[in-house]
Amino acid sequence: MTCREVVELMTSYLDGALSAADRMRFEEHLTGCDGCTAYLAQLRKTREILGRLADEPVPTALEDELVQAFRNWRSTRNEGDSAGTHR
Amino acid sequence: MLRVAMTYVRDPNIAEDIVQETWLTCLRRLKDFEARSSLKTWIFGILINVARARQRKESRVIPFAAVLSRLDDAIPRPTVDQPRFGNDGMWRAGPDSWEGLPESTLIGQETFGQVRAAIDDLPSSQRQVIVLRDVVGLDAGEVSSMLRISEGNQRVRLHRARAAVRKKLEEYLR
Repeated sequence: MTCREVVELMTSYLDGALSAADRMRFEEHLTGCDGCTAYLAQLRKTREILGRLADEPVPTALEDELVQAFRNWRSTRNEGDSAGTHR
Repeated sequence: MLRVAMTYVRDPNIAEDIVQETWLTCLRRLKDFEARSSLKTWIFGILINVARARQRKESRVIPFAAVLSRLDDAIPRPTVDQPRFGNDGMWRAGPDSWEGLPESTLIGQETFGQVRAAIDDLPSSQRQVIVLRDVVGLDAGEVSSMLRISEGNQRVRLHRARAAVRKKLEEYLR
């Protein structure tokens, strides 16, 4: 396997989607190749950083609207509950 | 959720409507949630349906675009600039190691800004997959099913998207 081929298999490798034979050849290549080892590490790091984006804040206006919508929903539910007394 | 919504509609205001409608739908249907999937999967499944419906309402071009994306997935294309490899197919000069970089840089606001910009530059079909897989954390089966594409298609898009984001990050971190 050349590096040019190996880099195109990286996503399949990380997903566990390579055949056993391909995975073995892929890992053998990595053992002897600093370039591909570094490239795979960069892809893993990229994925890690992407995973942290989920913590970014919601735009304030949208968050306010959502909170308001939730409150409206909850108050209409409470009205429903107190109207029917099957508790 | 906004980012995923915006892969279906261009107008950010409509995208916000989609997100709000999704939350309302989730609240209404929460009592019927049977925990067959994770809550995250369930919420995003609803988001995608709401986004699709709104997209159909806003424009008639879309189904053709979906076909084009799938055809494009089938065209093999290298994701690394070819001049980086020699005639023997091996790296001329390997990529840098990011191990030596301070964690505060890699997980800093500026880096996040670069990554967000990189995601926004992706074609929508790739952006959908990388956001659902890597930002939201859904698995390959869930994402393929949600987007109604094969796992193979999904993997091609993820591969291209990750490579593009990695490349932008590499340029920024040099």
